[in-house]
Parts: sequence; C-alpha cells; structure tokens
Amino acid sequence: MPGAAERPLSPHLQIYRPMLTMMMSIVHRVTGVALYFGTALLALWLVAGATSPEAFDLVNGIYGSWIGLIVMIGYSWALLHHAIGGIRHFVWDTGAGFGPEWRELLARLTIGGSISLTVLLWIVIWLVKG
Amino acid sequence: MSSSSGSSMRTPRRRVAGLGSARSGTGHFWLQRVTGISNLLLILICVPLVISVAGEGHGALVELLRNPFAAVALSLALFSIAMHMRIGMQVVIEDYVHSEGMKVLALIANSFFTIAVGGVGVFAVLKISFGG
Ligand code: HEM
Repeated sequence: MPGAAERPLSPHLQIYRPMLTMMMSIVHRVTGVALYFGTALLALWLVAGATSPEAFDLVNGIYGSWIGLIVMIGYSWALLHHAIGGIRHFVWDTGAGFGPEWRELLARLTIGGSISLTVLLWIVIWLVKG
Repeated sequence: MSSSSGSSMRTPRRRVAGLGSARSGTGHFWLQRVTGISNLLLILICVPLVISVAGEGHGALVELLRNPFAAVALSLALFSIAMHMRIGMQVVIEDYVHSEGMKVLALIANSFFTIAVGGVGVFAVLKISFGG
C-alpha cells in the first residue's frame, strides 16, 4: 500500500499460534474461491447439455471418472463447509456468538457438520444411484 | 498529501478520517449477505435436482429442465451465485493485489468471468428448457 507507515499496525500474524477459529476463517475464504472456479464446471455441464447429447455424454464421462468424482466430492464438501460457514456469519451478524466458548463451538460445528454431511450426502448418492 | 505520506507516522486510516464517506461502504457487505441467503435457499432446491440427473443420459436433463420450476430455480441460482462470486472475489483481490494496475486488471477479469459464467449457464438452461 503506498504511503503505509513502516511499522506494525497490528499484531504480526506469524507470531500467532494457529487456532481453530482462525483456520475456519481462512477455510471459508479458500472454499469461496474454490467454489468460484467450481461454478464454471456447472456452467460447462449445462452448456454441454444444451449443445448435443454427445457433448453431454462426454462431459458426464469426465465428471463421472474417478478423478472427476474426487473433484465432485471436494466440491460438495467446499459447498457444505462454505454454506455452514455462511450461516455462522449470519449468526455473528445478529451480534451473537462472539464469546470464546461460542466461537469455539461454532468452529467445531462448521468443520464437523461439513465433513459428516459430505459423508452422508455421498452415502445417499451411492445408495440411490449405485 | 503525497509529500506527507511516505515517511508519515500517521496511519492510512488517520489520513482519511473526517474526509466523509465514500458512500458505498456497506453496499457490498449487505449484498454479500443477501446473495448468501438466496444462494443457500436456491442451492437447497437445485443440488437435489442436479444430483437426480447427474450421470444420467441427455434425456433426463431435458426432461428436468422442461419443468419450468426446475428451469427457473436453476437460472436464479446461477444468477445469485454469479453476483455473490463477483463481490466475494472482489474483496479477495483487494486484500491481496496491491499494485494499482494489476488490481484493476484483476477486478475487470473478475467481472468478465463471473458474468460470463452466470450468463452462459442461464442461457444453456433456457435453451434446453425452451426445447432447443
Ligand atoms: C457456489 C456458491 C458460492 C460461491 C461461488 C461463493 C463464493 C464466495 C466468495 C468468493 C466469497 C469471498 C470470500 C472471502 O472474502 O473471504 C464468499 C463470501 C461469503 N459467502 Fe459465499 N459462495 C457461495 C455460496 C454461499 C452460501 C450458500 C452462503 C450462505 C449460507 C454464503 C455466504 C457467504 C458469506 C456470508 C460470505 C462473506 C464472508 C465474510 O464476510 O468474510 N456463500 N463467498
């Protein structure tokens, strides 16, 4: 930043012991950016569907390959994590949930909820679509 | 102004204090919240729809999108997500890209990408829905 004072304006990030709440804040941003590019995959799938049955089969084949499925599982976890993290932000926006115990609990709920819901989602997908 | 900046002991915040607001301070914050809520609602509707046709043949997708409810939900979801992505990524760019030229380029690229992804996605949904 031009003209920024040459002295620390806030505590150095490097001297902080990594904390769960801090990780969740970073992960909310990382999942947001991942979803940003993931939306292009959804648009591509729809464009293939609007182009021809052959194009749609091609994209479906790529997304359904083992590497494609890993991306899909990652995408679904990112979406669930970011969505739960977003709800956590809405709680904070009301002014609630800033106390130490609450912050810690919300962080645990976000990571625990996103992982278990992702597992549940793929079990359901596997049961329904086999 | 510029003469006082380089070695100044004053913080950037102090230098702008009292100059008045830029008048758009809370706009993006609020829109991020509103589109977050609409994303949440629309994703809850659309994810099951998309999963129901994922990996099935082309006919399943066409049949789904012939249903106006599904086509509208998916179009609105793409629109809402594109808006949310655009202002969300703008914050990320402003946080990490500090050179003025690169920042402007990145912000333009962000607008192009998000509007293209949203627009192309909505067009594809409508094309299938209207039977083309
Ligand atoms: C595919 C869908 C989505 C995409 C592509 C997306 C993308 C993004 C991006 C890029 C950011 C900026 C990250 C940052 O500044 O750290 C963001 C922030 C945010 N997102 Fe999403 N998001 C999606 C879905 C959702 C949903 C479903 C919710 C609500 C439940 C939500 C709530 C939020 C909130 C509240 C913020 C602001 C966080 C803050 O102020 O630090 N997002 N999103």
